Amino acid sequence: MRRFSWFNATSLSLGFAFLYIPILLLVVYSFNAGRSVAIWTGWSTKWYGEMLKDQQLLDAAWVTLRVGVLSATLATLLGTLAAIVLVRYGKFRGSTLFSGMIYAPLVMPEIITGLSLLLLFVAMNFDRGFWTILIAHISFTMCFAAVVVQSRLVTFDQSLEEAAYDLGCSPAKTFMVITLPIVLPAVVSAWMLAFTLSIDDLVISSFTTGPGATTLPMRIYSDVRLGVSPKINAVSTVVIAVVTLAVIAASILTKLSEERAERERRQAT
Amino acid sequence: MTQTTQADVRGRARANWTRWLPVAIPYLWSFIFFLLPFVIVLRISFSNAELAMPPFSPVFDPIADGVSGTFAHFKEFTLDGYNRLVTDSVYLRSYLSSLQIAVISTILTLIIGYPIAYAMARAPDRWRATLLMLVILPFWTSFLIRIYAWMGILATDGFLNNLLIWLHLIKEPLQIMQTNWAVYIGIVYSYLPFMILPLYSTLEKMDNTLLEAAEDLGSTPLKAFWTITFPLSLPGVIAGCFLVFIPVVGEFVIPDLLGGSSTLMIGHTLWEEFFNNRDWPTASALAIVLLLVLVIPIMLFQNQQAKNTGSVR
Repeated sequence: MRRFSWFNATSLSLGFAFLYIPILLLVVYSFNAGRSVAIWTGWSTKWYGEMLKDQQLLDAAWVTLRVGVLSATLATLLGTLAAIVLVRYGKFRGSTLFSGMIYAPLVMPEIITGLSLLLLFVAMNFDRGFWTILIAHISFTMCFAAVVVQSRLVTFDQSLEEAAYDLGCSPAKTFMVITLPIVLPAVVSAWMLAFTLSIDDLVISSFTTGPGATTLPMRIYSDVRLGVSPKINAVSTVVIAVVTLAVIAASILTKLSEERAERERRQAT
Repeated sequence: MTQTTQADVRGRARANWTRWLPVAIPYLWSFIFFLLPFVIVLRISFSNAELAMPPFSPVFDPIADGVSGTFAHFKEFTLDGYNRLVTDSVYLRSYLSSLQIAVISTILTLIIGYPIAYAMARAPDRWRATLLMLVILPFWTSFLIRIYAWMGILATDGFLNNLLIWLHLIKEPLQIMQTNWAVYIGIVYSYLPFMILPLYSTLEKMDNTLLEAAEDLGSTPLKAFWTITFPLSLPGVIAGCFLVFIPVVGEFVIPDLLGGSSTLMIGHTLWEEFFNNRDWPTASALAIVLLLVLVIPIMLFQNQQAKNTGSVR
């Protein structure tokens, strides 16, 4: 039996207040009429207008979006492959190194990843800019994608795949018909995670960028260093709104697909 | 087991490369874009700083130099980058202060995160998915934006000071921004989900009958917690602590935006060395030493991850 005590209720309320009040304040003050982000002087949407007039900001957002979509897609592909290798291939020559190269970047300080990738690009004489940011983002987000897909694969009933093999399916077909539909919710979450990590990244992008490729976090960072302004609150509010809607939509989709799978399973038996 | 028998049945005739292609692609990618860069950082940490582009010599260019040329350059290794680390005390102080800040903030995050994870695990089943979602959601929203939110709150004329003055709790605004306090608040705030999630996943799986047995045998709830719940949740505690401690040691954004000139953190020092002083060899040497400091915790973390995967299989 589980009892939910007043102590539990208090820690939950305080915890969620701590997590959400700063974000709420940020959103509220984006509608402030004055220049301050702490003293309320009245409602206004003028900072959103200012934001839309800032061409550099819009360009940066566009770069971020392109890098995010492309890198999340490629990182999910690579990450899914890596997850299959981690879960299904057991021990092979170099498997320890492989799992090391997947898990270590999860906790690697961004500053080291950024510096090392930049020095690689310099050594390889790559022109730095959009493409180097893209490669850097694929490299660090694929590990997160791999872990998300891996956690679904380990709980996966392998007898389904074996049945498909026994019935004469090729490995590729088995993957498309059996494995992929089952891990698909995890693949979708992996994409989402890779995408948000990419659009959020400041440090790795700053190291690997070149002339002409400024991402939104880099733009926000250089503005923030000059001081707080409701305009940055407005940009932040838009980013938060987009991410929140996407996460909620993805979780509803996952839930629906799980329910559908559950229904089909019940009908089958 | 099943893997090998399957392979036997299929026959090894089915081209081996279709089986190993899925390994080769991510393997090569990680090798080129994760492992190889470290070799280059190591190499450049032994170079001289130069006022050129790239700002170090000898330039590491195996294609132009050929094999013998590359080896010839090995003689030009210097320890200047590392020498600066020892002679200028700011670097040593940065490492020590990063470790100190990371240890303190990991403990704070654990103390704050544990009751929240515990309450989530005890909440009624129908709440849990929503509670989990509420913990994960801030983690999806931009790190930079969440730190920025605290700048408005903690500033001298910020929200918190205005609130406290309005409540007549203080007369003069508190100086929180640009102190280590602001850094701790920022770290705990940003890394809290990383602590809560692994804690929650171990606490949620816990067998409640053990607690009931302890209470039937006359144990107080507090004693039952310390002798049963906490020891059983240790894997989650360890995972959470690694997930917070390791990235915090190299944190850049939080000390840069919330800390002051007295806040020394190695990630920030490295950034300054690289972007402001343009001393790439010293920055590389700083990164190599930071990696050496973190290699033990990172390997412990990796082992634990691999073990968790293994135990489920």
